[in-house]
Amino acid sequence: MKKETEILVPLMTEVCDEGNICVEGLNVYYGDRQALKDINITLPAKKITAIIGPSGCGKTTLLKCFNRLIDSIDGTKVTGKVMLNGEDIFDPHADVIKIRKKMGLLSQRPYPLPMSIYDNVAYGPRIHGIRKKSELNQIVEYYLREASLWDEVMDRLNTPASGLSIGQQQRLCLARGLAVKPEIILGDEPTSALDPISSAHIEKKFVEFKNKYTIVMVTHILRQAIRIADYIIFMYLGEIIEHGPAHQVLDNPKDKRTSDYIKGIIS
Amino acid sequence: MNINKVEEGIFKVLMKTSTLLVLVSLFLIIYSILQKGLPSLSWAMITQTPKGGFFLGKGGGILNAIVGSLYLAGGSTILGLFISLPVALYLNVYRTKTSQFADFTRLCLDVLWGIPSIVYGAFGFAIMLLIGLKASLLAGIITLTLMVIPIMVRAMDEVIMTVPKGLIDASYSLGATKIETSIKVVSKQVLPGILTAVLISFGRSIGDAASVLFTSGFTDRIPTSLMQPAANLPLAIFFQLSTPIPEVQDRAYASALVLTVIILLISILSRIATKKFTKHKSLV
Repeated sequence: MKKETEILVPLMTEVCDEGNICVEGLNVYYGDRQALKDINITLPAKKITAIIGPSGCGKTTLLKCFNRLIDSIDGTKVTGKVMLNGEDIFDPHADVIKIRKKMGLLSQRPYPLPMSIYDNVAYGPRIHGIRKKSELNQIVEYYLREASLWDEVMDRLNTPASGLSIGQQQRLCLARGLAVKPEIILGDEPTSALDPISSAHIEKKFVEFKNKYTIVMVTHILRQAIRIADYIIFMYLGEIIEHGPAHQVLDNPKDKRTSDYIKGIIS
Repeated sequence: MNINKVEEGIFKVLMKTSTLLVLVSLFLIIYSILQKGLPSLSWAMITQTPKGGFFLGKGGGILNAIVGSLYLAGGSTILGLFISLPVALYLNVYRTKTSQFADFTRLCLDVLWGIPSIVYGAFGFAIMLLIGLKASLLAGIITLTLMVIPIMVRAMDEVIMTVPKGLIDASYSLGATKIETSIKVVSKQVLPGILTAVLISFGRSIGDAASVLFTSGFTDRIPTSLMQPAANLPLAIFFQLSTPIPEVQDRAYASALVLTVIILLISILSRIATKKFTKHKSLV
């Protein structure tokens, strides 16, 4: 099956160029259960790649491998490689902090840090050594503008982040993630807790950002993938069934399971 | 009538009765302290140290015990906090949820929590003999610290456990280390819980007589160094109650009143502090 998919989707890059995330023979076990089975894929730089598939298929696990948040889950074993700019993310000597700094994460629901709006955005830059108030002010304003939140919060930067609406909180989390200057944005169903208007905000941002960042998002919402994804990876029971340019996977799926999922026969 | 409604009704009554029972006994205690203690409470009592023959009904006050108690409880709470917070953070942030070591540590702390304070007193006394320390403020503080550590760690541990993993992951994903996440995110998120732990410990250590009985000694003077003995309120109450003279016994209730007011003040202060510090808490 694996061989077949490789032949079928020549359009998705196979070359591990600068900026691409190249997954080679990745297996993840949670205790005895194998959550990811021999994943081999290259995610192209500066594009939006959507990972779709039914619940429990390993979408989020794959995403968590990229920034090594998988490390903090009990009883996991990872084999294989994830290469980024010539370095293996799972190299025992790899600098986890540096890897995570390269990737902004938007989780299913926003988790504002227990501090003010300003401090949320300044948190990353501060821990990476920026102390000068004027510099921090610039950073905070710049990234809040990037996340289209500045106009709504400019006069209450020192109020608690928890006082924002959930949609605003998610944009704050986006600003906070961007403030550490990542190359990659990881989205783990980033709009699933949001109302339609806030979701649209985030989607619009992703489309705007795709020339600057490599965006990988897990989504439950097929229509979202249709709207914004350049590439689609379809996963099922821990395996990649099909991947390729969005229109190809969606309009012309090669595997029955993919077409069943797209038609809504399995979900 | 529907069976569910009957059930609901019975349990409501039971819960209300229990709550009432708690409140009534609390107010009865306060009432008896006020009734017996208030008449003997005087300005001199809380501003003077005991004069000769204080326990036989002569003049003076319990300032020595008030100050001694505050020193003992304050010292042990601060010392306990510096030891307990790292333990609680270690158990939760550095050890995984299924860690057997963490479980074992929790079991040990629970056992230590249950040990009577007189045993801590005896243990503290044995340590003092070993290192040649005399009955002093320092020895009392150390013994009380040993006693409050399990209380503090477990109280903090329980609240740190409730911190959502997503919040910790959010900090990690920005490139924060475990220690940065512990100090800047986890501790901040559970600050109200930490304050509660501090308050419980303070209350426990200011109200404990047995553990300081052998270790801090008792004196009429206010200690001016850590190496001097220190009086405390619970023992002052005990000594006054054990005299046969009625007016001295009444002064014991006045001392109890002072102790209660101190605890009340600390509770109110910590509530104000909690309100002030919770405003940033992430509501997740």
